[in-house]
Amino acid sequence: MEIWLQNLLFGALVGGVYGLAAVGLALVFGVLRMLNVSHGELIMLGGYATFWAFSLWGVDPFASLLITGPLLFGVGVVLYQALFGRLVRIEEEVKVQLSILIGFGLALVLHALAIFAWTADERAVTTAYAGRVVPLGPLVVPLTRLGGLGVAFATLGGLHLFLHRTDLGRAIRATAEDWEAASLMGVPVRRVYRTAFALGSALAGVAGALVTVSDAISPAIGLGWTLKALIVVVLAGLGSIFGTFVAGILLGMAESAAAFAFGGVFREVVGLVLFLVILIVRPQGLFGRSG
Amino acid sequence: MKRTGAVVAGVALLALPLVVREAAVVNWTFLVLLSIALAQSWNLLGGFGGQVNLGLAAFFGIGALLTRVLWLGGVPVLAALAAGCSGSVLAGLLVGAPSLRLRGPYFAIGTLAMAEILRLVVGTTLPEVSALPSRVIATYHLLPRYYLILLVAAAATLAAWWLSRARFGLGLVAVREDELVAESVGVDAFRHKLLAFLLSAGFAGAAGGVFGYYHPSFYPQFAFSPVWTFDSVLMGFLGGIGTVWGPVVGAAFFVTVREILALGLAEVHVLVFGLLFILVVLLLPGGLVEIGRSLRRWALARATPKQHPADLAGGT
Repeated sequence: MEIWLQNLLFGALVGGVYGLAAVGLALVFGVLRMLNVSHGELIMLGGYATFWAFSLWGVDPFASLLITGPLLFGVGVVLYQALFGRLVRIEEEVKVQLSILIGFGLALVLHALAIFAWTADERAVTTAYAGRVVPLGPLVVPLTRLGGLGVAFATLGGLHLFLHRTDLGRAIRATAEDWEAASLMGVPVRRVYRTAFALGSALAGVAGALVTVSDAISPAIGLGWTLKALIVVVLAGLGSIFGTFVAGILLGMAESAAAFAFGGVFREVVGLVLFLVILIVRPQGLFGRSG
Repeated sequence: MKRTGAVVAGVALLALPLVVREAAVVNWTFLVLLSIALAQSWNLLGGFGGQVNLGLAAFFGIGALLTRVLWLGGVPVLAALAAGCSGSVLAGLLVGAPSLRLRGPYFAIGTLAMAEILRLVVGTTLPEVSALPSRVIATYHLLPRYYLILLVAAAATLAAWWLSRARFGLGLVAVREDELVAESVGVDAFRHKLLAFLLSAGFAGAAGGVFGYYHPSFYPQFAFSPVWTFDSVLMGFLGGIGTVWGPVVGAAFFVTVREILALGLAEVHVLVFGLLFILVVLLLPGGLVEIGRSLRRWALARATPKQHPADLAGGT
């Protein structure tokens, strides 16, 4: 029993980062109606930024969020201007498909560039508090993962406040709701698109930093993270930040449970099963707006 | 004229391994044909139906693995191929039936998820390299492999030709252009997309099966690598998707350029072609075939100056 609880707890902690990764993807999809399948590569870039900040200057991985976030925001602006921004005028169905294709090409390019720049080796940061655990009754909580969950939650809280309390945030939500109406009300839709894309990219940077705190990174991790984020988005449905966060935690727990019950291989299989079941039973997602 | 060209090319390809005795040439042609089969398989659904399959590698891999395991287990190779092909179609049904009912990105996500998860599962459960045993190596001949892949590539191209003129294919193109309008004139969008997808998965499985029968030794995981998907999409876009000859031109061009550049490192290859791919998607959605068409139109317009160019531009 205890070992089950321990596994589920561990899964939930990992899942918090899935949730954060998925919110960035969902933000871009919800506002621009583009699916950036190179989101995982942006997480990988954020991870390397954290790794180098730690190795070269000894910056604590949690503090490096203040570097990786803005850095990836900038990367997002560049990618939007060079690639994704060129698709905004295209009719919706075609736009989704083209954005997927461009993201797919970009994912492979970034993967190859990362191998050139930093080799295919795995890298990890080892902080002074790396192995520490916090006791919780009969269970133990790894400190870095607890911190990761906390930071993910705080970041999403900040995002929520930004989207609900600032003019730019309201403009982003209005554009997601109905860009034509928003544009008629004087919302600068293109600037909103660029900001939303860069914000999604910055969230990937933060997620990358959190990944690096607890796990080794390599240029190849991107596709796996994109997949997790995509499955969480489908699981949660669009429209709720905290719904996405909860769905991430659920996926983390489901993975842990499946791996523990049936063997490590099933950690990955459970995501596909959940994805297919959701499509059949509730295509709008667990927390999505219906229709 | 196109038909004559196709017949000439077919006869040349049939005669090639009998006339040219050099294994390197035959092997190279084998690779081109394998690429044509894969690019054409993606084109059947992606080009004519407008659905982005990001997991072609899954169906290629299933075909390769099933065929190889059964064949090495003693099943006649054609039966093993049929089994590999059916396995791919079944996997296509599993992921396509729920995801193609919905519009939006669900199909792309589902196929990507299936390919990546299969790659990881195969990588952990079958970590050993799959090499042909010496008794098989002793009797290994290139010819049957060559003719099998020629058959698959020709059949896939024939399927694209059929789609370009049959009622079913026109329905599929209508769904690609506007699903709602297509439904309103009586085209069952889901059925069209699903059948085209199963056809595509079947051809990818057959190509994989021949690969499993052909390759002396590879890691089972390699057959599920996303590079198979990427190359297929790239070749399709280079040549021009939604056409019969685009993927053929694209595959020949791609394999040739790859050989000329002699890109030893896999990363250089991905970098060069990844950038090229993004450029083609952004700037040249019609591919090489479209360039050819524009050039012909331009030449035609020059040759007949009396005609107003706008009349020609409206064509095709």
